[in-house]
Amino acid sequence: MALLSKKDTNLILDPLADNNPITIQVLGICSALAITAELKASLVMAIAVIFVLGVGNVVISAMRNIIPSKIRIIVQLIVVATLVIVVDQVLKAFAYPLSKTLSVFVGLIITNCIIMGRFEAFALGNGLWRSFLDGIGNALGYGVILIIVGFFRELFGSGTLFGIPVLGDPIEKTGLYATGYENNGFMIIPPAALIVVGVIIWVQRSKNPALVEEN
Amino acid sequence: MAVNTDKNIYTVVFAAVMVVVVGSILAFLATALSGRIDENMRFEKQQNILYAMGVNENVDKGSVNFVPTDVVGQKFSEYIKEQLVIKGDEILENEEAYLIDMKKQLALAKKGETPELPLFIGEREGKKFYIIPMYGKGLWDAIWGFIALDNNMVVQGVYFDHKGETPGLGANINQRFFMDDFTGESIMDGTRYAGINVAKGNNDPVNNRKDDNTVDALAGATITGDGVAAMIKETVDLYKDYLQTIRTN
Repeated sequence: MALLSKKDTNLILDPLADNNPITIQVLGICSALAITAELKASLVMAIAVIFVLGVGNVVISAMRNIIPSKIRIIVQLIVVATLVIVVDQVLKAFAYPLSKTLSVFVGLIITNCIIMGRFEAFALGNGLWRSFLDGIGNALGYGVILIIVGFFRELFGSGTLFGIPVLGDPIEKTGLYATGYENNGFMIIPPAALIVVGVIIWVQRSKNPALVEEN
Repeated sequence: MAVNTDKNIYTVVFAAVMVVVVGSILAFLATALSGRIDENMRFEKQQNILYAMGVNENVDKGSVNFVPTDVVGQKFSEYIKEQLVIKGDEILENEEAYLIDMKKQLALAKKGETPELPLFIGEREGKKFYIIPMYGKGLWDAIWGFIALDNNMVVQGVYFDHKGETPGLGANINQRFFMDDFTGESIMDGTRYAGINVAKGNNDPVNNRKDDNTVDALAGATITGDGVAAMIKETVDLYKDYLQTIRTN
């Protein structure tokens, strides 16, 4: 027997492409714009969200029959906030330098609408294992877009990847810069992320016209 | 057992239990870890102070490398000769001056009371460094740092850090390409304590001019940069009476 049934596999794969939280559902845009100026931040954020959404979905799913529906949003918020703070405190005690890198993201994770969206739309109505897969899948879908956007923004904005110069030295005018190439400062500012995400949406929908909404 | 989760009483009880459970988890965690966290923060302050006076493990011009945590305490007592607390006209020695919270002292100063201002005198290769802690506001949250001066009020090194500036933009104030620009700049403009401005389009992007009280700003981080400049100015204003007594030029 395969580890994952076909339905379970789809829980992971769908959000990566045809049901991507950013490009199709247009959720989680705020953090996608804010932190994708460099690849490293995109990767850290992706990993953090995979963890929080995976575990959070399981916790909410486990509690789904006892959560009073009137205060379910508040309960969801508390679960995310607690998880994030626990992780932050443990890192501060045992991996201080890493926690410094991550602390910036704490607020952004708590307010990430993908997390609330998956709790509300999936974990409240599904079992533990499926909720876990759904959480991982959606976080991966989010992470993939973040990394693509981060790749282009850092490459064209700063000429580096993960902080390592790949196009030469812009001040010494070596490598590509010797030919008169310049870094594009626009790529560093948040509106550039919107354009990159827009291009991804455009490419995705022209390849699969079924995704285009009718008006 | 079927519970009616729609009843008001259930909602209230659930909320109360949840608060107690979550509160206990967080309180337990905070107490259990506070020792280690405090220790890490002490190490970090010592590392930052030493970094500003050039005691670090930087190899190339790319990344920030502090002295390792297992030797930082020993290095700190080796290089930092005096820890002073300046309270009005009084200058006292205090072994734990580095633990003074600048945020509280600045708040006192704003209220018109006399703050207790820490200052560290370091010595490396026969040279004296006056290291001053700073605290200010960036775009989203607190920024802070240390600035090391010599007797001529020329910056020998800085360290900046932040709580929550935007990654890739304002968060870059703790990167070498920003911090290294401050080294060699003077905080004086003639005899005036001018601080150091962080400016865009100052026609000196590689920072060759060291006499203009200006370093090049970070693209996309105007407010964080302004915050750094304001923080330096505010700190210099607070310390200038003391600085006046050690200034030799």
